[in-house]
Amino acid sequence: MKLSVGPLLYYWERSDVFAFYRALAPAPVDSVYLGEVVCSKRRALKQADWAAIASELSAAGKEVIFSTLALMEAESELAALARIVSASVTIEANDMAAVQLAGGRPFVAGPHLNVYNGQTLRLLGALGARRWVAPLELDAAALAELLAERPDGMECEVFAYGRMPLAFSARCFSARVRRQNKDDCSFVCGEDRDGLTVYTREHEPLFALNGVQAQSAQVRNLIDRVNEFESAGVQMLRLSPHSDAAVPFAQVIEAFAHAVRGERAVECPASALPGGYCSGPLLEARR
Amino acid sequence: MADRSGIELVCPAGSLPALHAAVDNGADAVYLGFRDGLNARNFPGLNFSAADARSGIEYAHRRGARVFVALNVYPSPSRWAAATAAVDAAAEIGADALILADAGLLAYAAERHAGVSRHLSVQGSASNWQALQFYRERFGIRRAVLPRVLSVAQVERVIERSGLEIEVFGFGSLCIMVEGRCALSAHVTGESPNTHGVCSPAHAVRWVERPSGRQARLNGVLIDEFAPGEAAGYPTLCKGRFEALGSIMHALEEPVSLNVLDILPQLMAAGVSAIKVEGRQRSPAYVAQVTRALRAALDACRRDPASYRPPAVHAAALERLTEGHTHTLGAYSRPWQ
Repeated sequence: MKLSVGPLLYYWERSDVFAFYRALAPAPVDSVYLGEVVCSKRRALKQADWAAIASELSAAGKEVIFSTLALMEAESELAALARIVSASVTIEANDMAAVQLAGGRPFVAGPHLNVYNGQTLRLLGALGARRWVAPLELDAAALAELLAERPDGMECEVFAYGRMPLAFSARCFSARVRRQNKDDCSFVCGEDRDGLTVYTREHEPLFALNGVQAQSAQVRNLIDRVNEFESAGVQMLRLSPHSDAAVPFAQVIEAFAHAVRGERAVECPASALPGGYCSGPLLEARR
Repeated sequence: MADRSGIELVCPAGSLPALHAAVDNGADAVYLGFRDGLNARNFPGLNFSAADARSGIEYAHRRGARVFVALNVYPSPSRWAAATAAVDAAAEIGADALILADAGLLAYAAERHAGVSRHLSVQGSASNWQALQFYRERFGIRRAVLPRVLSVAQVERVIERSGLEIEVFGFGSLCIMVEGRCALSAHVTGESPNTHGVCSPAHAVRWVERPSGRQARLNGVLIDEFAPGEAAGYPTLCKGRFEALGSIMHALEEPVSLNVLDILPQLMAAGVSAIKVEGRQRSPAYVAQVTRALRAALDACRRDPASYRPPAVHAAALERLTEGHTHTLGAYSRPWQ
């Protein structure tokens, strides 16, 4: 079982982003996904910055993959996508526009591509997908069904740790809750380093707002199920970055690295994020 | 008799009487789903048997209207055979088009039923022309329904670059997330539009009367609480009242409906091929009223787009049918975003 670090979904200060990836170079993970998935207005890092980070991580022996924007609307976003595709060795396609532009080169089918059956999986495989990230809403039984139908050589990656990306909108929610709109956002999403927690009126943590993205307030943590995924035939587990305010991310990586080596499980440190951990959809956690 | 010279009016039918109501009141096309859990309005008591669908198609065709069959969930391996059987059945009874989201199912339909038009469902999440190229080149789609995320200027750009017929939502409940990429309902109930054809499903809803008011719960989670006398809306997750930054607010969106009556000339100028009315779960009376109003507005707009004003009597009728008696242009208008 391999470990990956998913794309950084939040909008952090430029120096914090560099520091985060510098710390990842010696970390026990196999693959690192770079790039902006949530909002094209976030440009603290230029393509050249990402390329520099990619070289450092490659030199440290990591597989580096560029994740593409999930919601693509504007011409400028398509142009940026074309630049990423032509500059990158491998991309994670999060929209069919990326599959279209990747044009037969190897790619990772991202979690937002909607792969729910073997026919679609084989179709993407024929177009160059070598790995696919299962949709977050699939439960273990549905994933097992799908794994039985995957084409030869297709790796499966599962989102195993982090606040779950649940939805995208044209609307910026980080701006909305501050009575602003997207065109005049002042990059307020940058104030919420791990997303802005939304509670029910009974103060139960429910969602986390991250720009145009809605996430779960709960951190999905599947560390107790590593063996289950291993025997089901999953090849890679994804850890989604968060700030060290929640719990030091390096400790999360260490805990998962122990778990995938089959060593006596190290406790995953408690999360300081409202919502705590869950093992799957909220329904599962509540039962 | 339906008129094909302008923007096509595509109306919902959850039952045969609703289909009759849509056709009788001026729909150019009607869309429906089978009673098999494979379309995005998988509600108890709703949708068509194959026999009813066949009868509906005959009724529509005799009056010059077309019928599209929506098969727009993403079938799991265990539902695959049922999904392909539904595609075959829709072709067999003479559907004018299939509304599909799943790439595998689109490939199947293109191969087995090349003669039946394929429309990319809004659930296909294609919000740009490159994504549409993907579906066009591989599956020969004729039309795409755009997710409710684009401004009018962006819709126009997509139409210019895609070379496809473009259908956009015009009236009804407003999804504020990119359709096909929303798992809010899955997170809270385990069922979603993609997997089950439902959002915030009725069986998970519980109304609780408290001295402070009426609570709307979804799988136990409090979505909103309404003070005595306050109108209580259905607990759709994105329309709930939550606490954010210490305030209670509609953090994602208010209970509100989409209504494009005010911008029909812009949509016409953008080159939109069809306007879609949401609401297969609605009554035949609702379908009749909405269809009549939009038919009148589209006709007025086509006759004289320059001096078009939303017909007052129809605008008022539509306003009464909106959620919370209020409407929005949604993402068509940049400030909404």
